[in-house]
Order: sequence, then C-alpha cells, then structure tokens
Amino acid sequence: MSLLSFYSRNSAELLGLLWQHVYLVGVSTGAAIVVGVPLGIALTRLPAWRAPVLALANVFQTIPSLALFGFLIPVFGIGAWTAITALIVYALLPIIRNTYTGIAGVDPAVREAGRGMGMTDGELLRLVELPLAAGVILAGIRVATVVSVGVATIGAAIGAGGLGVYIFRGVATVDDTLIMAGALPAALLALAADAVLGIAERRLAWQR
Amino acid sequence: MTAAVEVRGLAYALPGDGRTLVQNVSFTVGLGETLVLLGRSGSGKTTTLKLINRLLEPTAGEVLVAGERTAALGYVIQEVGLFPHFTVAQNVGLVPRLERWPADRIAARVGELLALVGLDPSAFLARYPHQLSGGQRQRVGVARALAADPPLLLLDEPFGALDPITRVELQREFRGLERRLGKGMVFVTHDVREGLLLGTRIGLMQQGRLVFLGTPEEFRGSTEPEAVAFMSAADPGPMARG
Repeated sequence: MSLLSFYSRNSAELLGLLWQHVYLVGVSTGAAIVVGVPLGIALTRLPAWRAPVLALANVFQTIPSLALFGFLIPVFGIGAWTAITALIVYALLPIIRNTYTGIAGVDPAVREAGRGMGMTDGELLRLVELPLAAGVILAGIRVATVVSVGVATIGAAIGAGGLGVYIFRGVATVDDTLIMAGALPAALLALAADAVLGIAERRLAWQR
Repeated sequence: MTAAVEVRGLAYALPGDGRTLVQNVSFTVGLGETLVLLGRSGSGKTTTLKLINRLLEPTAGEVLVAGERTAALGYVIQEVGLFPHFTVAQNVGLVPRLERWPADRIAARVGELLALVGLDPSAFLARYPHQLSGGQRQRVGVARALAADPPLLLLDEPFGALDPITRVELQREFRGLERRLGKGMVFVTHDVREGLLLGTRIGLMQQGRLVFLGTPEEFRGSTEPEAVAFMSAADPGPMARG
C-alpha cells in the first residue's frame, strides 16, 4: 500500500494525530518558555544559582526520553500530561541557557551606562537587556521546539497520541509504509517549526 | 556657591578580601565647577566615581548630590555604552522618556542637545550607534548624559579611546561646554594635560587617598611627590626634546 493511498483513506485520522502532535509540542514549549525565560533572567541576577540550575537542566537532558516517560507514569499516569511534562523538562535547558547567555552577552558598558544614569534593574531588563537578547532567546526556543517535535513521537508509547501512533503501529506490524506515514509528517512539522521560528529570530535579532 | 555634590569621608573596601580601594575621600564640587580626579591606574578614581553614582555602595562616608541622597546623574564612560538597538534620538531621549516627559518636549530636548554637542540633528537623529565614528559616539554619549538636565555630570576618561586629533577637538569643545552648562562635573583621567586643561580644580589620588586637592595653578607648583611625578611626566624634559 502506497503512502498516498494510505493518507487518502485515513485523512481524518492523520489530521487528528497531527493536531495532537502540535498540541503536545505547543503546550509543552509554551510552558517551558513561561518557566525557562524568567529562570534564565534570574540566573543573570543570582550568580550563585547559575551552576546548580544549569547542571540540573543538563542532567534532565541526558535522561533517555523513553525512560523519562517511564519515570513520570507513576506520577501523572498514562496519557498526554505525562508526555507534556517530559517535553517541558527537555525544552527547559535550551531556553534557560539561551536566556542566560543572551543577557550575559550584552555589552557590559551598555549596562554600566544605563545603571550609571539611574535606570532601575527592571527598566534595564525591559528596555535594553531583553531586546538585545531576544534573538538568542528565540534561538533557544527554536531548538527546544524542534527537539520537542521529535521527542513527542515517543509520546504515543504512553498513550499521549500524536504522529508517533503510526510509527509505533508500523514498528509493531513491520509495516514500512505505516512508519513513514508517521515519520514524514513529523519531520515536515519539525522543518516547518524551524523555518517559522528562524524567520521570527531574524526579525527579532537586533540589526547591527 | 551651591554644591552639586558633596562627598564626605568616602571609603570602599572589596567585599571579598576586604582590600581597601578608596579611603577617607572628601570633597565638594560646586555648580559650574569641574573637579578632575587625576591618578595612576588603580588609584581609586573610577571607584570614587562609581561610589558617587551608586554603582558601588560605600563602606563608609556619604554622597550628597544637590543636597539629596538619590538624584539622577549624567554619566559618561570611555566605552560610551550607547544602546545599540536605539537610534541616536532614542539614546539621547531615554532618561527623559523614563521620567515620562511628553513626546514633544523630549524631541525638542534631543534636538537642542545634539546641536549643543556639535551634531546636526537632521543628519544624526535617525542613525544607529554603529553608523557613527568614535568621536560622534562620544558626543552622543555626552548629550545622553545631559538629557534630563542633571545637576552633576560624571565622566570616566570619556575621551580616552579616541584618536589624538579627535580627542583634542573634543577636549576643546568640552571646555566651552563646561562654561555654558554651569553644572558640577567630576572628570576622571590619568592624562595630566587633559586634567589641567579641563579642571577648575585637581584632585590627585594615590592608593585610594586624595593626596592633593587644589587649583591647576596650585597643582603645577605643588611639592607633593605624586603631583611632581605627574608634572614631570607631562613635561618630556630636555632628553626627549632632543
């Protein structure tokens, strides 16, 4: 059975899985941004926290995804929330690290001039540091999103749905077409996310 | 004479090893006066400046700017530190914007200040810092520091990174600016010629202490060893003259 005829016969299911996939990635990346960006900002203000927080985020990153899903099942049970939690954990490191790096990379003379003229920390952050770091922060979000699209396929193993459903079904039945039916849209989704965020990144990065 | 800044018994020790960078420094700078803090690298002059604008908290002593403990200051540093994502107009207008001046008043102020520092507003308002020469950048830096009309201007080797010709040009213009503005200024430099040209008084720092405080005339005649060392460095002597 060819891929095209498979899709034409299962278009409703494909769209459903694609939507689940986008949902898993969207919710988890969104949550990781909400947690990670403020945390990255905090690290620029609290140097003592920098090493431990980044080390912890690094450790999470090294846990194999299937194992992490396994660890989380006793906590969240089977389903989308376990997958979303795992995806948040993976997305945090690039977002925290890039937020920190982006702000730390702002020319110290710029910061000193701002502070020296009496700008408050909040004003400096809002008007100077965040705009100047925006490109680097968005690059971190981009990496997190692309990685998430890939890792989310494994969510199907714990009943979270998404395009991984086809892949796992194809592996179980030794059906290459079915594997491709899941893998191809997942890859295209990753490329699309990369392209869109890449454009946003270039827009936001301050032009020299 | 109204004091622009009064510094009393200022001291600063590093938080880590307790090494003292500034000890018992006191002076008053009146409006229309420029105090030049002269000294070698590491003599504590930049630290003194940072204590005045609260980038560092003094371990002892106090700073009163125009009679208050906190007031907005103008601050100019060697690296300039213009905001790279802002145009010249936005850079100069930033502090007034933070103080919520109305837009038309900010625009008028920005134009006035650019003209004051010798930049044609119509040509420079919309430019970004990277489109400026070093000298132009520092002119914008001075304009930005003056924007909210602070009583006191702090300058940390503002002309130190410029080529010699631009430096002399800016020094001359700055001398004219000092007289017109009538502000209090504290100007840090290690260049004794620059200090004698721009200062109404010279404060000589050595190892964190103020070892001399007086007019440029008094400085030239001083027998204080560090002052003598600076004066002889400024004068190359018969050997160098060849």
